[in-house]
Parts: sequence; structure tokens; C-alpha cells
Amino acid sequence: MEQKKYWQSFGELNNSAAHQQNAQDEFKEDLPFEGLDDKGLGSAATPRRDFLKYVGFSTAAAAVAASCEMPVKKAIPFVNRPVDAIPGVANYYATTFLAGGTAIPVVAKVRDGRPIKIEGNELSSWSKGATTAQVQASVLDLYDTARLRFPMADKKEVSTFDAFDKMVGEALAGLNGAPVVLLTSTVNSPSSKAVIAEFLAKYPGARHVQYDGVSYSGMLLANEASFGSRMIPSYAFDKAKVIVSLGADFLGTWLNPVEFQHGYTRGRKVDPKNPSMSKHYQFESMLSMTGANADERYTHRPSETGVVAAALLSAINGQGAAGISDAALKKGIEQAAKDLTSNKGQALVVANSNDVNVQLIVNAINDAVGSYGTTIDLVSKLQNKAGIDAEFAKLVEEMNAGSVGAVLLYDVNPAYDYFDAEKFIAGLKKVRVSVSFNEKMDETTEHCKYVLPANHYLESWGDAEQKVGYISMLQPTIAPLFKTRQWQDNLLKWSGSAVTYAEYFKNFWTTRLGGDNTYLKALQDGVVESPAMVMGFPSFNGGSVAAAVAAVGSAKKSSGTELVIYQKATFTDGRQSNNPWLQETPDPITRATWDNYLMVSPALGKSMFGIDITNATQADEYEAFPKKPVVKVKLGNKEEELPVLIIPGMQADTVAVAVGYGRTEAIGRAAAGVGKNAYKFGVFNGTTVLNTAAVTVEKTAGEYKIATTQTHSSYEGRYEVIKEITLADYTKNPTKIIDARAKELEPWGGLENYEKDGTIYPVFDKPGIKWGMSIDLNSCYGCGACVVACTAENNVSVVGKPEVLRAHDMHWLRIDRYFAGDPNDPNSIQTVFQPMMCQHCDNAPCENVCPVAATNHSSEGLNQMTYNRCIGTRYCANNCPYKVRRFNWADYTGSDSFGDNMVGGKGENDVILMMNDDLTRMVLNPDVTVRSRGVIEKCSFCVQRLQEGKLAAKKAGRPLEDRDVKTACQQACAADAIVFGNVNNAESAVSKHRNENKNRLFYVQEQIHVLPNVSYLAKVRNTGEISAHEQYGKPHFMNEGGHAAEGGHH
Amino acid sequence: MIHYRSILQRVALILSVLTVLCFDQSVFAQDGKALFQQNCASCHAVHKNLTGPALAGIEERVPDKKLLYDWIRNSQAVLQSGNKYFNDLYVTWNKTAMNLFPNLSDEEIAAMITYINSVPDPAAAKADAGGPVQQAAESDNSLIFGVLTLILAIIVLVLMQVNSNLKRLSDEKEGVPSYEPVPFYRNKAYIALFAVVLFIVGGYYTIQGAVGLGRSKDYQPEQPIYYSHKVHAGTNQINCLYCHSGAQEGKHANIPSLNTCMNCHMAISEYAGEALYREDGTEVNGTEEIKKLYSYTGWDPDQKKYVNEPKPIEWVKIHNLPDHVYFNHAQHVKAGKVACQTCHGDIQNMGEVFQYSDLSMGWCVNCHRETKVQFEDNKFYSIYEKFHNDLKSGKMDSVTVESIGGTECQKCHY
Repeated sequence: MEQKKYWQSFGELNNSAAHQQNAQDEFKEDLPFEGLDDKGLGSAATPRRDFLKYVGFSTAAAAVAASCEMPVKKAIPFVNRPVDAIPGVANYYATTFLAGGTAIPVVAKVRDGRPIKIEGNELSSWSKGATTAQVQASVLDLYDTARLRFPMADKKEVSTFDAFDKMVGEALAGLNGAPVVLLTSTVNSPSSKAVIAEFLAKYPGARHVQYDGVSYSGMLLANEASFGSRMIPSYAFDKAKVIVSLGADFLGTWLNPVEFQHGYTRGRKVDPKNPSMSKHYQFESMLSMTGANADERYTHRPSETGVVAAALLSAINGQGAAGISDAALKKGIEQAAKDLTSNKGQALVVANSNDVNVQLIVNAINDAVGSYGTTIDLVSKLQNKAGIDAEFAKLVEEMNAGSVGAVLLYDVNPAYDYFDAEKFIAGLKKVRVSVSFNEKMDETTEHCKYVLPANHYLESWGDAEQKVGYISMLQPTIAPLFKTRQWQDNLLKWSGSAVTYAEYFKNFWTTRLGGDNTYLKALQDGVVESPAMVMGFPSFNGGSVAAAVAAVGSAKKSSGTELVIYQKATFTDGRQSNNPWLQETPDPITRATWDNYLMVSPALGKSMFGIDITNATQADEYEAFPKKPVVKVKLGNKEEELPVLIIPGMQADTVAVAVGYGRTEAIGRAAAGVGKNAYKFGVFNGTTVLNTAAVTVEKTAGEYKIATTQTHSSYEGRYEVIKEITLADYTKNPTKIIDARAKELEPWGGLENYEKDGTIYPVFDKPGIKWGMSIDLNSCYGCGACVVACTAENNVSVVGKPEVLRAHDMHWLRIDRYFAGDPNDPNSIQTVFQPMMCQHCDNAPCENVCPVAATNHSSEGLNQMTYNRCIGTRYCANNCPYKVRRFNWADYTGSDSFGDNMVGGKGENDVILMMNDDLTRMVLNPDVTVRSRGVIEKCSFCVQRLQEGKLAAKKAGRPLEDRDVKTACQQACAADAIVFGNVNNAESAVSKHRNENKNRLFYVQEQIHVLPNVSYLAKVRNTGEISAHEQYGKPHFMNEGGHAAEGGHH
Repeated sequence: MIHYRSILQRVALILSVLTVLCFDQSVFAQDGKALFQQNCASCHAVHKNLTGPALAGIEERVPDKKLLYDWIRNSQAVLQSGNKYFNDLYVTWNKTAMNLFPNLSDEEIAAMITYINSVPDPAAAKADAGGPVQQAAESDNSLIFGVLTLILAIIVLVLMQVNSNLKRLSDEKEGVPSYEPVPFYRNKAYIALFAVVLFIVGGYYTIQGAVGLGRSKDYQPEQPIYYSHKVHAGTNQINCLYCHSGAQEGKHANIPSLNTCMNCHMAISEYAGEALYREDGTEVNGTEEIKKLYSYTGWDPDQKKYVNEPKPIEWVKIHNLPDHVYFNHAQHVKAGKVACQTCHGDIQNMGEVFQYSDLSMGWCVNCHRETKVQFEDNKFYSIYEKFHNDLKSGKMDSVTVESIGGTECQKCHY
């Protein structure tokens, strides 16, 4: 059987010239000598003599300017110190991250009055302390310089809230009976609903319309037809043995990914004693993050989603996959149907489509395989999406007809994310009184007469009930930074109430929970959970299924190119698009930053641009340079020019583009001018807005640079970076991986004595603690929450697109994406994600080469980096086999004090500084040095947290426990893929993780004897394949002469 | 046996009587002061009305000792008994109830009264107070030595010049051909010598100066209020952690907030201790400095309430570390049980604080090399099995901070 080959890039697949060059080069980018050309130093833009003059002048100038005076610093204590506020000691407050209807219980770390980090709230039974990239990044939104700072009328500042209240009060009073509409994103806050009810009662004819930019109305309506109420159930992925997803990105963006990642992981933790895991089929058109993690993945045209669903239903009913012509797809559907029916009550089918008919069919499938009441919970319903597209469309009609008196908007931006934004804007202009409570001068607020910016969630009181019976609380962690007010306060004020929302909220919950103490306890915990009792959930009504099957069967077949609009796992719907942390986090699949683009299949790439990615030269031409061809996507009279990325695993005729980009200047400098708005390509079918459309794609002459990070680092041809095994293989031969390792290490002492015998260096003790990390590749889905958590915790710089283009990205933790399979067969593409950070090697190659000993090893096994000693030779980065060291090419955080140096961002080659504003810099962690220009940095295992945890244990006079130390990436992970702790303690979680999974354990590039302190557990794919023996321990590169072999064995 | 037992019994009896006597006699005037400060000082002064009346002459006012003692132990009971003097007093003092001190013994109260009687009236004492004591100027001999060295050096040079002139003359006399004399400033030997000396001396001072850049040992800025650690931590024995409670909680020891100051200074509005002097020898008026505190807090000592908006004090920060250094007080004070004085010097004898240590990295590292950790006492270190065994077997005699990794880079730089 042929060796399975993993590749990060097409160049690696073909072993192209550019790839070989990349593997040879010390650094990807050239040294920044400007204007040198070939003319020699004397005729360079800055010749040697000028250089010396500059050096002389600047030394003298610096000496004069600096003098030797010590600046006088002041220490100003509190006048009256609050009991719990100890300067220098962080406080943690439970609150809730809000984004539209999404509400994730979190704990905000507040240091000296400033929230600086968000962690998950471990008391929540469904989130279990996990977060997403958006949650981690949300603390930076608080310090967004583009936030509105005061109330406005007609774009002019209104000096006081009272004046504003008077103005709006009079405007609302003068409507003469024209109805008031409150337009919000999904509201699931019990107290806010009560406030809204009071407000609506005050204005006769008023109504509340909920609107979601990314709509789930198809599901809501289908469930209404099936169960009699508009609702979305919750899904227990942990109870499912077979999971079939029809395009639903449930690990990344669909509904409630934090909860789903947890459940999915629990169902897929491979227990060495009883190796079994759930089986995940994905049927989709584009390559989604969830699809990339599937065991079996089949592709189809976007317009065929209904047909595929109907075929699955028919196959389950024993009639075969009717109406499917593609043989592979047909086989896949029948296989999935077989697995579903043989696991009745332990099966689950989910679908992304916003088409009511598709969701009706999926409901019928779930009913047929016994999911309701087992894997689907109809009682603890999800309440994070409630918008109905048709209702909103009706409102837009009314607004255009001029029959709406006033519209009050909170947290909605239809002028940006509605498919027919022009019509909405035209309607908004006809509304007499328009008031926006949005935090920014966004596309909708721009057209509103009155603006009263709302508080950020970290400045707010409130509550949320994302899941019925699971309530989470909000409390302010900082006083409002600007003259802003909670939207609930506005409604209370304008409905004539004398209480503030804070008082209202307190009364509301004191009454509900029965006392001050329980109220305070609820605020402290942040969650109040009282799951509803299961009392006979509604029965399934399959009446409309036949019609739905008929409808999807008769839908118009498309033969041309079809577009899918999707959400990136890092970026979701774009509400945080001015967040540079999110902008710079690479997309899990494309590994591109700071842009959206059109994902196309290799087949389309070949037919449209003549790029055959299996041809080394053509692949290099496409891949080795950031410039990508640009196409024009047309849908009716809407069109947009987009750059193209060729992604294997895309269905041949499918193109995909992410939403959330193409914002206006007023959203902020990180979002402005980045990407194009894809929401406009939504299609309204009379009931719901669909995210797929038949489009035409035309080639243009343009080119556009896309900053992808995938090819930035190279393992220089060394092998054994990832390991994967199929479940069948693992069951049959559980010791396969460990045997291969043993064989590989046999000449150097074998597994037992490799540390000692594999080297001529002495072995050093780790007498007390030895830190270690273990990462289960089976639980890493690539979502990027850890990357953002790391950025937030460690003051990792944002460098901006021009710098990413030059491979100057600074992330300490990256998630590498590997493909395997035939790029021309989308069904064959398998993907593996691997978090890669400093491996803290006990025999670290970086340490030996540092001329100033700025990096060295600690007795706790940490590879230490000392910034103030580093002189920037970058030898360490060159010598790192994992390419995890990052060099500060510029002063990204503005830590020097010269104002003119901190502007930047003019040209394409200029550094765009995002984090050097005084307001933005408030987010920096004061316990971590802000690195200056010219030094190397890298993952420290969050040493500041380790020291803090050790100190806590020392102060209490007890041995260190697992709960004392958690790295930021570990805390953020919803799938518990990362385990960290003291490996000298046999009882610690990390020791157990390693010992119990010995058979899957491996170290990246173990054979070069760098002795990493990060271990990985091989990914297990639940397929029936059993590979030939001797697969492991051999290079998986087909190539490539002596280089790989030399690199492999020193 | 019986004989021995009786002797033992007698000895025991004598011992116990002696012990009792010792305890009995242990309450004397010097304890009276401590007892007074512990129990009374927050509401009473000796010669001044505070929350309660001045206590000087208490025995004349209440001659009945038993009544006085009862009042001190349980004032409420005395009031209820209908004693006229105390009921009148109660009304005069706005019916402010006096705290109960049921645990004070007769001896303790007597000691406190003895102390009260021993405190002289400051109004009377003022007349006797002398001017500030002139501090003897420290004699500095280095100038004299320098001048002497210079004179000697000039004499040597002159003598050498004379010597060479004489030599030349004698050479001329003897007909030995002589060269044109080279003036000393062009003499290569002199120039070389001068260059070498300049290089060594200049190099030494340049390097010392460069090493010292950014260090500020002995830094003693003038503070907005003359706050004397000597008065607070020295004379009055206030625990450092009472004000700097942050030192056991987190990285900063923290300057106390003003409400901490006012815990005591609501009652203590005058300074009556020994005279205080600044570095330049001028006397400090302690009472005026306390008034400065009141001006910051907005406290009116006459009305006994806050009347103005408070504003924070902008102290000048003395101990500064570079941004790339992480220092945690709790690690040293709470976990390491290091005394404050180890780094901050003889703080209880300092008037205005100065920086005692140079806070250089070498200073930190040296201490980490020498200091022993709380190895046996703190269960955290139970995981260091190897060291415990080595200690037992005598291979190691102690575990220093360095042996557990305390001199590694990332203990302080991250």
C-alpha cells in the first residue's frame, strides 16, 4: 500500500522548486536592505559614510536628549481603597459574553481596574469553561478606538443624556399613532424581555422584531411545522454514535459551537481499553472546518443539498439513495443511512441549510433514526437565534411604504448584513424617528437620526438565557469608558420608568431567586442553572415532509458555478471585524489573514486560470507569491471582485466566500478596506434568505495579494510531524505507533534510554517540577480559540497584513493544517490540524547557538527566552526545528516613545500599527514584558501563570496541584485538546494523559533528539481502512534526495 | 521517698508562689503606656479631649477607686446605677457610649493611671523645649589628603626637573655631549605613563558610571508629607504589614491608602514624640505634617468629621525596577519569610525613606545564592524528593533559592 502523504502546500505536494528553496532558506524573507539592488554598497541609497554619520549623530543626540537624570516617578495610592482591590493583584468577575443571541458565560480578569483577559466560566454546565476565538478577542473590543463616545443627534454631540431623552421623548410623542418598532438581534435575556414588554405597552401598536444577520429561520419554521412551536432544540453530540452533517459547521460557527465541540469531543475520546468513537459523515460543497474533521466526507453541488437530504431519508426508509447520480456520493449516502439506522437512538443529523424544506426533511430523518429525546433535546431549547427572515422583509416593506413611525435599533446592522441593504436603507430614511443603540457608527447607524451608543458587555448589567433553564449573568467589570448607556436603560427611561436598569435588574432577580443572598451568589457564580424537567416533549408531525421532498426534487438544477456564503470560524458574522486579533488569526482551512477571498476548487483553478496544482511549476507560480488572480462574481445586478484561493476539497463547481468583511471606515482601522461584503449574495426565496446562489464567475486582469501563513515555516524536509491512525487499525494493532517509535529509536537506546543514549551531552535533573504539555490531535478542530487566547495573555503583537505578507507574523501558537489525498478528488481530501508552539526541548538546538545566552533551559524544563539579553542575531530561529521563534522586526506595540515612529500604515510595505494607541494598550497584560524591536520571542508555556500558580501553592504551604496552573491555550480550548502540568507528578493530569494513551503518544521529530516537552496523541480517524505495516517510521515525503535523510538522522 | 516528695512539694510551692509574684509585679508603668495605647488611645488622650475627655487628673475627679474601675470595666452598668457624675459626663459628651473593658484587671488599670499621671503637660513642657540640636559636621579628610597628594606630586616633578637640569649641567661640565632637552610634556615616557593612567582611571569610572546608570541607591527624595518610618515602625512598633498589607498578597507592597492612615490619625492629631530632623538638619513639626494629612483627606479634627473632598497624595516613588523585571513581594514576604529590612534596610530608624539597596541584578542574584528556602516548613517543597534525600544523607546541608532554580532567567524576566 502506498505511503500516505501529508502536505501543507501544493509546493510540498509536488516538491516544487519554491518549496525546496523555502526549505533551504534561513528565513523566508530577504533582509530589508533598501535600494541595494546590484550596484554595491557605495551607490546604495544609504552608503556606508552616510550610515556612519547617522550613527554618530544619533548617538550624540540620544546622549544629549537622554542625559543621565532619573525621571521622577509618582506613586499615588487610593484615597479610600475598596476592600478587594489590591493594586497588582487581579480580580475575577463572572459575566457573560454577548454577540447577537450568543451568550457564553465567562470570567473577566480585571487587573487594577482594567479587564485584560476573558476566560471561560467553569461553573457553567454546558460551556464548561470553554470559549471561542471571538470571546477571547472581545476584551480588545472594549478598548476599540472607533467606539462612539457620546450620544448624537443628526451626527452632532448631545451634551447630556437628559437633553437626549427629552429630544427623543418629544419625537416619539409626536408620532400621531404611527407604530414604533424595536429592531434588535435575538434577545434571550429574561429581564430585557420584561423591559421590552413594558416599553411596548407604553406605545400602542409598537412591536419588537428580531433580526439575525446570519439567519436560522429555515430551522425555526421547519420546527414549527414539525413540533408546533418556533424553536431550535439543543443537540447532544456526545450521545451520538453516528453524526451526519449536511454542511453544518457545528464545530466552528453553527448555533452553539462551544457546547457542540464539548459533546463531539466526549463522543470521540478514544479510550484505550475500549477503543470506540462516534462516526462523523459530512456532506457539503465547500471545505468547512467541521468537514475537515469528518471521518468520511462527500461533496455535492450546493443546489443539491435538498436532494442529498431527501436521498438520505429515502435510503433510511430502505429505498436507496434515490435521485443521486454521482456514484461516490450515492455510496456515501447509503453508507451513512446504514450506519444511522443501525444506531437508532444514538444517531444525529444536522443541516446548515436555511431552506425550510431541507430542514423539514432533516427533521423527518432525525425522527426516523430516533434522535428526538435521545440526541436532540426539545426541552432545553437553544434561544440564540430567533429572527424570522419573512418578518424582517415585511418590516422593510412597511418602512418603504412609510407606515413605520419610529424604529429603535439595537445590535443590528441590516444596512451591512441584509441581502438587500439598499432597500433597507431606503426604508430607514422614510422612518420619521430612527434611533440607533449600536456601539459604532456602522453602516446602519450612519443613516439614523439619533444615536445613543450602548455599553460594551464588560460595562453592562444583564442576563442571558441562551439555553432554556441555563441563565448566565452580566455584571460590569469597569465603569463605562465613554458617555454611553445601556439600551435597556433607554427603553426604561422612554417608557416613563424611574428606575435604572441596574436597579430593575436587581429587583427582577432578587424577586425571582428569592432574596439578596441568592442574587449575590448568582452574580458571583455568573450562572444560575435550573434545567426544565422533561415533561413529554412535543411529538413529531411529519405532515409536511412529503411536500418538502417534492419541493426539493423539483427545484431548479444548476449546471454552472455556485456560490456558498460561509462564516469563518475565527471571524463568524463579522460583528467583531475591527478586532485586529481576529483579523490576524489565520483561517483554519486557508490559513489566510486579513482578507476574504473566493475559495475555488483545483478543477476550477485549472479550467479558469490554467493552474494545474499538481504541476510543480504551475503550482509554484500560483503559490510562491502572494499575488492571486482576481475574479468578478456576479449575481443578477450585484457583483464583486474577489481574489481567488485554490483549496482542495472544494466541490468542482463550487466557490465560497466568507461574510464579515468589506466594512466602512467608521468601523475602525483594522476593518476598513479589508475584503468585500459577501452578505449581498444572499438570496431571498420568499420565506428565508439562502446562503447559496448560482453565480457567474469571470476572470479579470487584476491581481491581489493575500497574506497566508501556511508556507511561512518549513520543516526542511524532516519527517514525522503528524501521525494519524484509523480506528480499525488502532483496534487491530493498538501498539502500532509505539512499536514504530521503538524501532526508530532502537539504535540509540530504544524508548527507555533514548534520552541518555541518544546524545553525548549529559542529562540534567529536573528535581522539583517539570512542565509538560500533551495535545490530543483527535480533539483539535482548528478553531483558533487558543491562538487568540495566547495573543491576549502574552501581549503578542499584531503586525498587520503587509507584515504577514513578509512572513513577520508573531503568533506564538499556530495551528498547522495538513492535507492528505488527491487534490483533484475532493472526497479524498483528509485534513489534520496540529497546534504547534515552542516544544520546550530539553536538548534545545536554539539554546546552543545563542551567542549571548539569551535563551537557555530552566530546571523546570522551560526553554527560557530573556528579551532584555537578546541582541537579535536570530540564530535560534534558524536552528529551531519547529520554526516557532518569532522576531520583532518593528516596534509593533509602540513601546518606544517617539510619536512619529508610531504612525505608520501609509504604504503597502509599511507596518500597520494596530495596538499602539493609549486606549488599546490598556488591554496589555502587565505581568508580561512588551517586547521591543529587534528581539526574538516565543511561547513561554505562560510562565507568568506558572509562577503565579506556584506562588499560590507556596503561600498555602501545599504541593502544586493541576488546578493551580493552566496555560491560556488550555483554558480556552472547548475540546480539552491541551493538557498541561507537572510531569514529575505521576498523579497529574498530563502524566495520566500520557500514560493512559501510551499507544498513541508521539513527539514531533523525535528522532533528532531535541527531547520536546510537548507530546502529541495521534489523530484517530473512524474509518474502516487498515493500512499496511511499516507505514510509520518512514519518511512520508516521496522525494527528495539527501536533504531529508540528512536532516532526519544526525 | 516520702522525704524527697515533701521537698519536691515545697519546691513546687515556692516556685509557683514566685511565679505568681513575678506575674503580679510584671504590670508596671511601662506596660501602662502599652496598655493605654492598646485600649484607650483611640478615644482618649492624656491632656486633650478627643472622642472622650482628657484623662489627666482622673483620680482627682473620681476619687472613688472602685467606682472608677467599675466605670472603666463596664460603663453602662455605672450609668444605669444612676451615678450622677458619670450621667452628667455622658450627657456632656453627646451620649457617646464608652467601650466596655471587662477583662482589665485592677493592676492593669492602676498601671494605666500611673502612666497617665506620669505624662507631663505639653503646654507646660513647651517652655522648657530647647532649639534643635546642632549636628556635628562630619569631618571629611579626603580634601586634605588630595591637596597633600597634589603638592607632593608637584614637588616630585620639580625635583625630577631639577635633578635632570643638574645632570645636564654636570654632563656639560664633563664634556659629555648632551641632547637638546625635551620638555616633560613631550617626553614619551611621561606621555605613555599619563595615557596608561588615564585609561585605567577613566575606564574604571566610565564603567562604574555605565553600570550605575539607572540605579539609584541612597535615593531620598523629598515627599509631600514628612512621613517618618522611625516614628511609626520604630517608636510605635506598628507592624510593617499593617500599612503595607499588599506585601503578602501580591507583587506590590503598596503605599497604604489614606483611609488606613486615618484609622489611627482620626485620634492622633498631634505629634508629641522626640524631635524630628530632616537630612539638612531642619526640624520637622510633626503636628504640622499630620495637618497636611488632614488637608489631603479633608478631615476636620475639631469637628471630628470629613468636611472637604479628599485628594490622593502623590508620593515620590523611591524603589523603581525596570519594566522587564518581575518582582513579587508576596513571594519574598509570605512564601520566603524574608524580613522587610533585608532589602529595605533599617527602615524602623529612617526618617524619610531612602533606597537602601542598589536593586541591581547582581544584588538579587547574590541573595538568591545565599538565602535558604523554607524547605522543611513549606509543604510545597515536598516534591523535591532528591533534595530531601540529600539533606537526610548529608550530601547537602541546606537548600538555597539557587538550588531550586532561583537564579534562572525566567524567574524574574518574562
